[in-house]
Amino acid sequence: MIPTRERVPIAAAIVAALGAALFILPLLGLLWTAPWTDLGHVLFEPEALMAMRVSLVCSVAATAVSIVLGLPLAWIQARTSFPGRSLLRALTLLPVVLPPVVGGVALLSVFGRRGLLGQFLDPFGIRLPFTTAGAVLAETFVAMPFFVLSMEGVLGTLDRRLEDAARSLGANRWTVFRRITVPLVRPSLAAGAALCWARALGEFGATITFAGNFPGRTQTIPLAVYIELESRPEAAVALSLVLLAVSLTILVIMRGRWLETP
Amino acid sequence: MRYSRMVTARAARKSRVIKARWALFGSIFLAASAAGGATVSVLAAASLTEAFRTIGKDFEAAHPGSKVEFNFAGSSTLARQIIEGAPADVFASADDENMKKVVDAGDVAGAPKPFVHNRLAIIVARGNPKRIEGLADLARPGLTISLAAPGVPVGRYAAEAFAKAKTPVPDASREADVNAVVMRVSMGEADAGIVYTTDVTAGRDTIEAVPIPEVQNVVASYPIAQLTGAPNASGARDFVAYVLSPAGQRVLASFGFLPP
Amino acid sequence: MSLQARVRVRRDTFELDVELAVDAGETAAILGPNGSGKTTLLHALAGLIPLDEGRCTLDGIVMEDPAQGIAVPTEQRPVAVVFQNQLLFPHMSALDNVAFGLRCHGRPRAEARRIARGWLEGMGLGDRARARPGALSGGQAQRVALARALAVEPRLLLLDEPLAAVDVQGRAELRRNLRAHLGSFGGVRLLVTHDPLEAFALADRVIVLERGHVVQTGTPAAVTARPRSRWVADLAGVNLFRGRADGDRVALDGGGELIVPEAAAAGDVFATIHPRAIALLQVKPEGTPRNVWQGPIDEIDVEGPIARIRVGTVPPVVAEVTTAAVEALGLAPGKNVWVTIKATEIVLYPG
Repeated sequence: MIPTRERVPIAAAIVAALGAALFILPLLGLLWTAPWTDLGHVLFEPEALMAMRVSLVCSVAATAVSIVLGLPLAWIQARTSFPGRSLLRALTLLPVVLPPVVGGVALLSVFGRRGLLGQFLDPFGIRLPFTTAGAVLAETFVAMPFFVLSMEGVLGTLDRRLEDAARSLGANRWTVFRRITVPLVRPSLAAGAALCWARALGEFGATITFAGNFPGRTQTIPLAVYIELESRPEAAVALSLVLLAVSLTILVIMRGRWLETP
Repeated sequence: MRYSRMVTARAARKSRVIKARWALFGSIFLAASAAGGATVSVLAAASLTEAFRTIGKDFEAAHPGSKVEFNFAGSSTLARQIIEGAPADVFASADDENMKKVVDAGDVAGAPKPFVHNRLAIIVARGNPKRIEGLADLARPGLTISLAAPGVPVGRYAAEAFAKAKTPVPDASREADVNAVVMRVSMGEADAGIVYTTDVTAGRDTIEAVPIPEVQNVVASYPIAQLTGAPNASGARDFVAYVLSPAGQRVLASFGFLPP
Repeated sequence: MSLQARVRVRRDTFELDVELAVDAGETAAILGPNGSGKTTLLHALAGLIPLDEGRCTLDGIVMEDPAQGIAVPTEQRPVAVVFQNQLLFPHMSALDNVAFGLRCHGRPRAEARRIARGWLEGMGLGDRARARPGALSGGQAQRVALARALAVEPRLLLLDEPLAAVDVQGRAELRRNLRAHLGSFGGVRLLVTHDPLEAFALADRVIVLERGHVVQTGTPAAVTARPRSRWVADLAGVNLFRGRADGDRVALDGGGELIVPEAAAAGDVFATIHPRAIALLQVKPEGTPRNVWQGPIDEIDVEGPIARIRVGTVPPVVAEVTTAAVEALGLAPGKNVWVTIKATEIVLYPG
């Protein structure tokens, strides 16, 4: 089909410009209020460095956990059928629509010191709230569904015949998965992981509710921004710029890959 | 023939209903503005939550037709919101510093007035299972401590108290306001925190207070002020006056606040 | 060493019910039109589709028997498949594709690659070992797919339309290549195709499949000489009829009657008439031919110097004449012609 270039209708252009402005103006405002002369100084302060380190560690760990747990889950949801499958799919998507703070409260109810499972872990000294592990858990909770969602689509539409061919040559199901399925879905896997990582990086509500705001342990960049906003707004804006830059970089690299249909 | 008459009758009825509705809204609107805008919007420090809610009800009873709306948060958060232009009538801060920020920004009408004092206390789980005796104990390894963020009044007061006790400020999870600190200890997630004495009121069956000796303790002075550009200036005046009045002071004292 | 299989698979309204036996060292071809169930049969023998009923035994070992709850998974069967469209793994080189099965069977990577290289060189593709499947021609890809299947030394080799993905030029050479490699393969060889040329070139025995059932088996020559299905007959280019013979007449199932040499056969019969044995005349003929019919011309199909003409007589026939004759007789669709067939040109065989 030959793509046609339509002339832009004026009315649509104006409304579209308003829509675009909604996204562009806040970013411009952020750039405008940024303390450009102080930026290096502010970002290299110990609190800022700590927040960046915690953010990096937690988001990468959360993405890793999401991949390890999410791939089999996506595979089972895409390939098998069992009673309750649609319920399971709905539940794995729940964190996407659930307010993150609610997610944090839910995590507390299970893993908090007096929680459903937490009460049994506490006597062993295993505690999740206020720990980096807790922050990873909170970020995984909100970010993993994005990964599962993108992988489920791709695994469902993958050409099974190549997997049949592998089986006919003697590959068991694990070998098929490892040497055929995963390499074939690698581009989508990268895109799904990038989306998952971006979500984990930006997570706030579940983290602050469940893991608390512990500098050096659970205070990620979003939490630091929130706290610094009152006392040192220039630090808050500087950190916001860091997140903005990272998010933009991810988007540019992925170039809308996860928006494309497989 | 009959159908068209039905239609016109229905149309007439509908327009009568519409007119009545507008008249109702109009009269409410007029009454509201005539009563000096009956809603008073108050931004108050989180530690004032229960005390001010009670004062609000008393105020509404004393001024029939009026309604008080509260926004409770850390004073630093509220100060920022006011400076950014949040429409409100009254600001009650937990420290002079945050009030000063608002005054410097030109958002306060007249002069702020101190209306209560408060003191700090250590909050622990009921029964004090970790055997915390004083500020120095909070530095013990293995304890999970919850403090307010450094910019929030009680967070800053806590740092002063630690300095007075010549003990380092422990690593802690930083909350946005004092109510969140209470929540952490109350839920058992944190072993201890620094809050105001007023926050550890009787009736909370999950927490108790460990007193801080006078020599280490900090006196928190709470100012209250009417804001410039208040949508309900007369209501603001009335509310501030009520808080400072014997009736308001009695309520505050009943919650453990000290006189200004 | 042999394959014995009784396969029954049901799919919606389609039922595949086939019984076959193929010995090692024999190449059998399942020949049938699209939709006859041949690919289903191949997948069932490979274990990729479960049997609803039946039994599949290879070299005396039962691969599948639903009644007894036996179902050896595909990866454990000594079966290899050369798929239509090759299905080479696009993210691996040709060498790694061929080595894949060997590694699945436990060979270390270096050894697997060495053996794979040997196979590729045997196919004349040693210099393409590092190439990705996307960079190979149709014929090259097919040979890699064959090498990949042969490398695991299966007992049963299944090939699905092995020449289909190759263009006409490459096909002849690939056919030769395939014939050589199949000949040297010691196990059971079964290929599936809709192209009789493929079947005749590669197979020792042809099994004709139509709508899920076997309608005929035999050597390629026997099957085309005496087709028992319309489809094979059409492909072989003969007119095929079924009917009941009695004396010198055959009453045809589709209507009409043939006059045949007396006592050629009796009872249910197939009758074939070669298109060239049918004469077309403008006027009713005199003389000895006893099968004389009149009918309109339905269709004229010109292929170079030959024209095939479908005439709507009872029964309808396809005649073959030269294009010069078409012009001379002024033949055109709709025109009525007389058809004559000598009784001696009709071949009867028991149906």
